[in-house]
Amino acid sequence: MEQKKQTYQPRTLETNLPFSWKRLFFQWEWMLLLILVAVLLLGSYVSPYFLNYPSLRDGTMVFLDKALIVFPMAMIMIMRDIDISVGSTVALSSVVMATLYTSAGLPMEVAIIACLATGAICGLINGLLIVKFKELSAVIVTLGTMILYRGIAYIILEDQAAGGFPEWFGFFGWGYVFGIPFLLIVFAALALLFGIVLHKTTFGRKVFAIGNNPTASRFSGIKVDKVKVIVFMLAGLLAAVTAIFLTSRMGSTRPNIATMYELDIIAMAALGGVSTAGGKGRVLGVVIAVFIIGYLQYGLGLINLPSQMFLIIVGALLILSVAIPKLGGMMKRK
Amino acid sequence: MKIKTENLDMEKKNPLALFYQFRELGLFFFIVILCIGVQLRNPSFLTGENILDMATNTSILVILALGMMIVLITRGIDLSIGAVIALSGMLTAQLVAANPSVNPFLCLLIGTVIGALCGMVIGMLIAKVGLLPIIATLALMNIFRGLTFLVSDGEWVSSYQMSESFVEIATGTLLGLNHLIWIAVIFCLVFFYFLNYTRTGRQIYAVGSNPQSAAVSGIKQGRILFLVYTIMGGLSGLCGVLWVSKFASAQGDTASGYELTVIAACILGGVSIAGGSGKLAGVLLGAILLGILNNALPLLNVSPFWQNGIQGFIILLAVIVNAIVKRRVERTHLLRRAG
Repeated sequence: MEQKKQTYQPRTLETNLPFSWKRLFFQWEWMLLLILVAVLLLGSYVSPYFLNYPSLRDGTMVFLDKALIVFPMAMIMIMRDIDISVGSTVALSSVVMATLYTSAGLPMEVAIIACLATGAICGLINGLLIVKFKELSAVIVTLGTMILYRGIAYIILEDQAAGGFPEWFGFFGWGYVFGIPFLLIVFAALALLFGIVLHKTTFGRKVFAIGNNPTASRFSGIKVDKVKVIVFMLAGLLAAVTAIFLTSRMGSTRPNIATMYELDIIAMAALGGVSTAGGKGRVLGVVIAVFIIGYLQYGLGLINLPSQMFLIIVGALLILSVAIPKLGGMMKRK
Repeated sequence: MKIKTENLDMEKKNPLALFYQFRELGLFFFIVILCIGVQLRNPSFLTGENILDMATNTSILVILALGMMIVLITRGIDLSIGAVIALSGMLTAQLVAANPSVNPFLCLLIGTVIGALCGMVIGMLIAKVGLLPIIATLALMNIFRGLTFLVSDGEWVSSYQMSESFVEIATGTLLGLNHLIWIAVIFCLVFFYFLNYTRTGRQIYAVGSNPQSAAVSGIKQGRILFLVYTIMGGLSGLCGVLWVSKFASAQGDTASGYELTVIAACILGGVSIAGGSGKLAGVLLGAILLGILNNALPLLNVSPFWQNGIQGFIILLAVIVNAIVKRRVERTHLLRRAG
């Protein structure tokens, strides 16, 4: 797949173009904002309990946990890779944390650190395998580790659930700071952090450069392997952060949590305008896409629509969001 | 002197090259050793009855792996097959529950057609619109799975609702062998002929190994891709009927995650995810290895909770060993050319 896209296309980085009003208005982000408004209006139409501040605020708790992973996933996709093991990483780090606390009797703080370490190690393994064995694509490596990580989670906990965490641990899932959910604050901080890293630092420029042309970036002195390993590690680390929030909200954990999270996350990134062929994407678009998919799920939940409808809608949104730019390109060529 | 050392170097690595050339043989020996090991621990492993059991249980995996092989050869991947199995199985099961007198052959045909239609949608999106296979099939996996839940309304179709003749499809025997085994054997023969002796079959390899030169030499790439995903869909649809008939129940989450097992069988069998290479014999052995593992682990009293982990570990190990061996071989080739 990757070879197909390697035909040389001179592409100016978007940030280098001179300012123009036309470009400011014809951006994917405006389109996303329109969709978001449509989703909110639709939500208020189907349920009177949807469109008010407390409802919208608390609704974020339902979907923002997995959205934390969307930032490193966007980076991975910009670099033309993909990581489908994140759901399993969430499950494994959550299970490790719960087991260390309940069975090994370690203090919760240590268990949380172990959880973060587990996630980072899972990501590190992915990254190392991908850069050491370039002939195996990221799809195959993360497919293997996806089965492996969840398998280890099953080995540790079998079909049991582990829970009974200390009272203060519930703060992650249910806590408010100045009337705003703690999760929402963490999400906003991460969005800001990743926005700055991706768009304003050399590291971010390297990520885009690798996505645009991996060979040229290597020749121009970018340590491609190092950047990749770091980004995959970040994905693992944030999967562990997600595990903390998710476990805290549910109050207990099982080896089968977070199944298929990778799909929602990839859908969020793709809808947010991250090109699956690499080299393109912005944090702002991804953030709006997170809220579109999240509020859609929340709204459907309010009116008791079967959750399977949500599966279909996410699938359709994912296809539409990647197909529309392609179809647009096809029209232009004709 | 220098040349001499290089020659020595080459001779040292030659067995490896030989091994790579007959990769299937290596896999075969691994299977034999595994079987002997299991047999020593549990003598009921290599009995006629158990072997037939294993063959029956592996048949569906073999059929699906054949389809997945041609998808992988074209540099694609299909993650939606588990969902297609569920959808076609559910629809056929509902049909049988509604009128039990339906001919079983008609059931197989209907299931295949449903699957092929699903495959055509995927093929259109990939060949015409140009979506990445992993994204398109990931999305359609969700849609097909959601549709299965919608048409079934979360209900199961259970064995008492199915007619004798329908259950007979996957439980009946012909000349002492289960129907499933026969179907798998027929598909293996057809695919062997198709891939090696027909123009379209060779074109599939051409598209996968070098899309640009395939396009230059006049191969209609879009048509090949469309065909490949349609075949994969049709096989999944057929297996949906077989699956439901074998387990005598159709559920919303039938075959969930089975696509991973099928892809694993292909990769164990030496199909390259980068496209262009893959042999039927290898895929067959890969599927058989997974089938044996599934059968042997419970016989060895391995906890079912370990099976997922063991499977993931073996897949990773196989692809990594394969990559290392291939690298060594290529280095030897380079040295030979340089010398």
